[in-house]
Amino acid sequence: MQDRPTVQELLIAVREFLETDVMPNLDARRSFHARVAANVLGIVGRELEREEEALVAEWTRLAGLVGGETEPPVRLAALRAAVRELTERLAQRIQRGDADAGDFGRAVRAHVRETVVEKLRVANPKLVGA
Amino acid sequence: MATAGRSTSITPTELGERLSAWLGARAGAPVVVDELKRVPGGASRETWAFMAARGDTRERLVLRRDPPGHVIESSRRQEFDLLQAAAAAGVPVPRVRWCEDDRAVLGAAFFVMDFVDGETLARRLLRDDVYAPARSALPEQLATAAARIHAIDLATPELAFLAATRSETTPAAAEVDRFEGIYRAITPEPHPALELAFRWLRARIPPGTRRTVVHGDFRIGNVIFGPEGLRAVIDWELSHLGDPIEDLGWLCVRSWRFGADDRPAGGLCDRERFFQAYERAAGVAVDRGAARWWEVCGNLKWAIMCIMQMRTHTEGHVRSVELASLGRRVAEMELELLELTEG
Repeated sequence: MQDRPTVQELLIAVREFLETDVMPNLDARRSFHARVAANVLGIVGRELEREEEALVAEWTRLAGLVGGETEPPVRLAALRAAVRELTERLAQRIQRGDADAGDFGRAVRAHVRETVVEKLRVANPKLVGA
Repeated sequence: MATAGRSTSITPTELGERLSAWLGARAGAPVVVDELKRVPGGASRETWAFMAARGDTRERLVLRRDPPGHVIESSRRQEFDLLQAAAAAGVPVPRVRWCEDDRAVLGAAFFVMDFVDGETLARRLLRDDVYAPARSALPEQLATAAARIHAIDLATPELAFLAATRSETTPAAAEVDRFEGIYRAITPEPHPALELAFRWLRARIPPGTRRTVVHGDFRIGNVIFGPEGLRAVIDWELSHLGDPIEDLGWLCVRSWRFGADDRPAGGLCDRERFFQAYERAAGVAVDRGAARWWEVCGNLKWAIMCIMQMRTHTEGHVRSVELASLGRRVAEMELELLELTEG
């Protein structure tokens, strides 16, 4: 267990430093990059908060579509690898035309949409009303 | 911060000195370059504005240069020739002055053109009160500019490089092939949303019988404007021979609305007003299905270009937090693709 500040508190501290101390003192191009950098810290913070829960949900949906174990891996690294492997399997099924129409096609689109919305909850929450 | 620090092998001071010497050789008299400033934005090309003084005359000029080692290769000479042909066709463009192919001069190929005064920030165009007249005028002005680009004379000898790219397949099929090839070669992870878009596009390839110059990056972020409206169409590095409807679909890609999503054509107006203005200017009907196809294709291409730009950073060619962050924008295009291809 690490001491305070928490990871989130550290990210916010760096973000505030960029926004209040750094950006006002830079030329337009560097100020733009500083704004991008501050935004990236926001992405990191949201991903740290959401990743594990979102991956379990994604794994569960994928397992229902393309098969897999009955329980998601417990450790985060293994969970990431499993979601990636199942997503590769799904991508191949789409390439073969299996999701062009029908119930499987509809289920795939619903899963893909939810996965994309979750990516946006991290990358750009304004776009998905989060 | 190492943003873009490694993208130039020579310092800005050296750049100014070498540019002074090179311009002096062109002018046959000493030229002093000062106020050299990198223009913000432009993740894939470097643009520098500067003043060139020769005797008592001072003029403001612009340098366009490839960042050395960038993954998207194109030729500054071709962009230079195209800008000249576009001016001849009545497209508002900056006047091009000199082009240099020798990479030794400034570390990469470059050309110099006149500075066009005005604003390029699309968000200002869409939001600031001062640009309200420009917002009213631009749909027709952009449609007319597009029609003129598509009327550029392909028989111009300097444009022979374009004609050489003519292929047997339709431009639409060729574009999907090209981007699928790029996607398969570079994606670090699977993207089911992009796979679905490839399937949708391949099932609906438009015939597209016209072959014209296509700007290739025709959007409000690539124009210079004033309060009254359009002043110049810039950033021609992606222009090619193709289906002119590509430019119309690209303008409607969601990212180029800069948040003004209720106005699909560049954040300025609905698609229909823009297409009708184009039809009046070009005297050619716009196939609405083909325009939708190219809009979907445009969103897919932009998603893949974001992956490319992200990799330019992660592979260490150009270290930039901006390029890195584009990898996390792919999901925006994925959502838009799902919405455009629903049903």
